[in-house]
Amino acid sequence: MTVLLSVEDAAVSYGAVEAVRGVALQVASGSVATIIGANGAGKTSLLSALGGLLPMRGRVIYDGHDITRLGTADRVAAGLALVTESRDLFGTMTVEDNLRLGAYTRTRAEAAQGIEEVFGRFPKLKERRTQLAGTLSGGERQMLATGRALMSRPSVLMLDEPSLGLAPLIVRDIFHIITELRNDGIGVLLVEQNARAALQTADHAYVMELGRFVMQGAAAEMMHDQRLVETYLGISGAGN
Amino acid sequence: MDSTIALFLVQDGLINGAIYALLAVCFVLLFAVTRIIFIPQGDFVAFAGLTLAALEMGVAPGSALLLVCLGVACALFDLAGLRNWPPAGWLLRRLGAYLALPLVLWLGVRDLAPMDLPVWADICLTLVIVVPMGPFTYRLAFEPMRNASILALLITSVGVHLVMMGLGLLFFGAEGYRSTPIWGGTILLGPMMIQGQSALLMVCTLVILGLLWCFFTRTLAGKALQAAAVSARGAELVGISVETAGRRAFVLAGLIAAIAGILIAPITTLYYDSGFLIGLKGFVAAIVAGFASFPGAVFSAIVLGIIEAFAAFWASAFKEVIVFGLVLPILLWRSLTNPHDEEH
Repeated sequence: MTVLLSVEDAAVSYGAVEAVRGVALQVASGSVATIIGANGAGKTSLLSALGGLLPMRGRVIYDGHDITRLGTADRVAAGLALVTESRDLFGTMTVEDNLRLGAYTRTRAEAAQGIEEVFGRFPKLKERRTQLAGTLSGGERQMLATGRALMSRPSVLMLDEPSLGLAPLIVRDIFHIITELRNDGIGVLLVEQNARAALQTADHAYVMELGRFVMQGAAAEMMHDQRLVETYLGISGAGN
Repeated sequence: MDSTIALFLVQDGLINGAIYALLAVCFVLLFAVTRIIFIPQGDFVAFAGLTLAALEMGVAPGSALLLVCLGVACALFDLAGLRNWPPAGWLLRRLGAYLALPLVLWLGVRDLAPMDLPVWADICLTLVIVVPMGPFTYRLAFEPMRNASILALLITSVGVHLVMMGLGLLFFGAEGYRSTPIWGGTILLGPMMIQGQSALLMVCTLVILGLLWCFFTRTLAGKALQAAAVSARGAELVGISVETAGRRAFVLAGLIAAIAGILIAPITTLYYDSGFLIGLKGFVAAIVAGFASFPGAVFSAIVLGIIEAFAAFWASAFKEVIVFGLVLPILLWRSLTNPHDEEH
């Protein structure tokens, strides 16, 4: 496994309010790194900044290149894809058009191959290929957003709250797909409030509180960390 | 009024409506992709017509020099905005587009204009001079304020229009011009006699609208523009730069406006400020269509053209009042049935 994405001393501010400060993380190929934390901890701000949607201080090294100054579109072209919490689909366009636009930075042949791969991973999308994206269910929208990001053939895929608002069965499918992506060699950076599911899927985990990482380590070990269990897994564990 | 007069009025209305339709489509396109209500759209129509007329007279058009000025300003803006030394390829591309192209055009057109070129060459020259004004204007006036509100962009747009009118007067002078018809013949259609140029205008409008439909529904570049209009953030997330989309939308709008100018220059005498009224009628059609629907904008523009023709027959002094007065009840109706916040 080689480190694909490396973040050093990242900081994100909204005016005078610092949402993220002094954060460092790494994502290797064929691995899942997860960031867990409560609402407002700064997880989404960090991921948005890594995707180029928010300005940030610090350094982002991707595949050996400093991409800190690149915009979102250039980061996608380089191989760093982001699926946001709000999905940001093209609601008035069909599922197929959404997917084809996902391969905007790729060649026609890569797009054709990519669409077959995405339909293989998400057969439901193939059934809905001519349906407008705005009419899909929550789970299908998440599948489409993930599939659209995969169309750009990323080496690192960043997912923001992929299980948000979805039924438990669909959440299980989503995490199964994340495991598949890892097995295919893609590095996944996962931001998730469902800490138990995230830790079960991830190799490495970061715990974020008030814009800082307060804990990090192997996900399997953190599952048994007393403080983590009490803070993040207690209620979740009782619920599952 | 007998049926012959009514038919002539409908024909007149269709011709005007066709031009308004082209402009209305530009208004909707630019607003959807960039959130800019581009008031100077009509100015480009007048500039194209005046450029063609100047070339026909064997005179180098002032618009070529105007393009050089705009290009120099764009290059200065780009250089002033640099924080690091950019890649050589980027620098060459930008300087080539902003400095080399306008300079070559300006120098070339001074030699070519007196040579009594064929009409197609004049048209091509007009297009290459006027079309880049669209993206250049976007770079100068709107790119620096890409996160501004729609209202701030509209105020800027009005400012750009006023500047364009001043520049039009400076570079073209106060006199009006009319170019020779591209197709001088006439067509007899039952009791109606249609001027060749008018028929050409209608056919060209239909072809352009058809090509635009194909572009937006059949090509990836067209769908990318549409995607940027639907969700700017979604577009960035798939690798479509919203800035590039904005520039392309302005190229397209510049091209359509230039073609519209070339087509109406033989039908009506154009002055440096004629574009404002033409553009405003496209704007009204776009408003009626809610700045959202291309077919709606085209339909509204045609209806507007026909109403204008009949208004000119019955109450010519109130023609403009009737046309622009129409927008009030429609705006009222829209604001009651479709309440949106300022940014949407």
